[in-house]
Amino acid sequence: MSALELRGAVARLDGRVVLDRVDLGVNAGEIVALVGPNGAGKSSVIRALLGLISLQSGDALLGGQSVVSLSPRARGERAAYLPQGGRIAWNMAAVEIAALGAPFLSGAMAVLRAREALAAVGAGALADRGVADMSGGERARVLLARALVCKAPALLADEPIAGLDPDAQLLVLDLLRERARSGQAVLVSLHDLTLAARHADRVIVLDRGRIVANAAPATALSVERLAETFAIHGRWIESPSGPLLDLHRRQG
Amino acid sequence: MTGRSRELTLNAGLGLSIAFALTIAVVFGETGLAWSQYGEAFTEVSSGPAEVLWQVRAPRAVCAFVVGAALGLAGAVLQGLLRNPLADPGVLGVSATAALGAALAIVLGLAAVPGAVEIAALAGAALAGALLVGASARLRSPEALILFGVALSSFAGALTALIFNLSPSPIASAEVMSWLLGSVQNRSWSDVALVSPLVLVAGVFAAMASPGLRMLVLGEETAATSGLAMGRLKILALIAAAIAAGAAVAVAGVIGFVGLAAPHLVRRAVQGDPSRLLLPSALVGGLILVVADLLARMTPTDQELKLGVFTALIGAPLFALIAWRAAREWRL
Repeated sequence: MSALELRGAVARLDGRVVLDRVDLGVNAGEIVALVGPNGAGKSSVIRALLGLISLQSGDALLGGQSVVSLSPRARGERAAYLPQGGRIAWNMAAVEIAALGAPFLSGAMAVLRAREALAAVGAGALADRGVADMSGGERARVLLARALVCKAPALLADEPIAGLDPDAQLLVLDLLRERARSGQAVLVSLHDLTLAARHADRVIVLDRGRIVANAAPATALSVERLAETFAIHGRWIESPSGPLLDLHRRQG
Repeated sequence: MTGRSRELTLNAGLGLSIAFALTIAVVFGETGLAWSQYGEAFTEVSSGPAEVLWQVRAPRAVCAFVVGAALGLAGAVLQGLLRNPLADPGVLGVSATAALGAALAIVLGLAAVPGAVEIAALAGAALAGALLVGASARLRSPEALILFGVALSSFAGALTALIFNLSPSPIASAEVMSWLLGSVQNRSWSDVALVSPLVLVAGVFAAMASPGLRMLVLGEETAATSGLAMGRLKILALIAAAIAAGAAVAVAGVIGFVGLAAPHLVRRAVQGDPSRLLLPSALVGGLILVVADLLARMTPTDQELKLGVFTALIGAPLFALIAWRAAREWRL
């Protein structure tokens, strides 16, 4: 049984089809990267799995159960979510924000876990600082810590490395790997194909709401696929640390 | 100092300040009393000084406190729910709709019926609350709900103006006008008895909404994926705000800016946490109104300054300052 699953999912937003008969599954212990051009449906896949958009037909399942049949709390216990560009309304301390990831723990326990999670993302020293007084990168780490506080079987991250400096990007991907190793099913949407190729166990390529590839990185991001879906030239290069994806714009 | 002990110190400090302000409000007034008369007020229940202290000044001061607390609570709940520093029952149209209900009752000649104006005001607030709950189910962004509230407020204000316009009786119009200006003058213990239970009920709803308000800091979707039942939270919070604001308007008329300002005065002290903000915001709202009423009635003018006028005079510049600071420091 997959921790996360879409079966024949069809969804529309304002009349436009954003998911077109999407079937996918993410198993415990693997990192699956969702890639695709802007508007391909990456966020919609994540939001459908979380029950944030309703499906016209098909089903979204968390831990084998249809998300619509689960209570809000049961959804929260089955999947942690790291949204895109998270906005924080008030200037609360980082530790309080991170503790929001575990709302059903006692206050003291949640704070303890929050401090651990902040330390894990390299933001332990920021724990008591207000989030309004932080840089964008620091705030992103706090929000990542919030998603890690919850020890749900699945973690869904929507563009978690957008806008981060290289060190923070690699840190995020390492943390996701660690999560997968500890048995979490990780689904992450990414724009950076080279990072997706390097860090994911499997890559799902979306194009206009449809899955056009779902395989190991080298297969899913083949030269033909890159040309067809992304309109770019790509080639795989052997390197001492494994195969690397090299990308170029097509001329003319 | 940890967050919790700082919070305790804040609330205890506010409690003491309120006790002090209430004492001052009972002791000082237009009617000067000699020392012996103060003694009389404590020993002889039916004496003149006892009447002044316990039947005129005390209920007025307590009424000011409860009304201020209701507004402070409503403001904190709405700012937390809408994640917007400019939300309050005035901006969202709850106060204006409650005022419309009261104005309608007055021109219909129901002012003489005990409790009729108050019930009409509460009904107005309930209507506004119901409209906001309905709108919140359809409007996804908090900004859209605020715009809806602003429109509701303008429309209710226009209907109240229409009542003035069409009212055949200048006396009724004057009465509505005086009521709209907001005051706790001549309020009795029965007014306190009317408003207090309602504010307590609002407090219970607010307390139930409180953990959800904290989760909402990261927005509705993130809160929902952490297990927050959004629909329930919106209903609880809007009911709390409507009851509190409705009760305040029912007893004291329209008093602006307290609901807006109170949360801002204590937000830093609770590190921005919208759930820990509720109690101190209510307390500071109560304190503001006790002090404002004391200052309003001690100001030497021929006509006593109306409390609503006084708070607006102080509150409007404060509103500008809040917007200015929010734009510079934070999210606007």
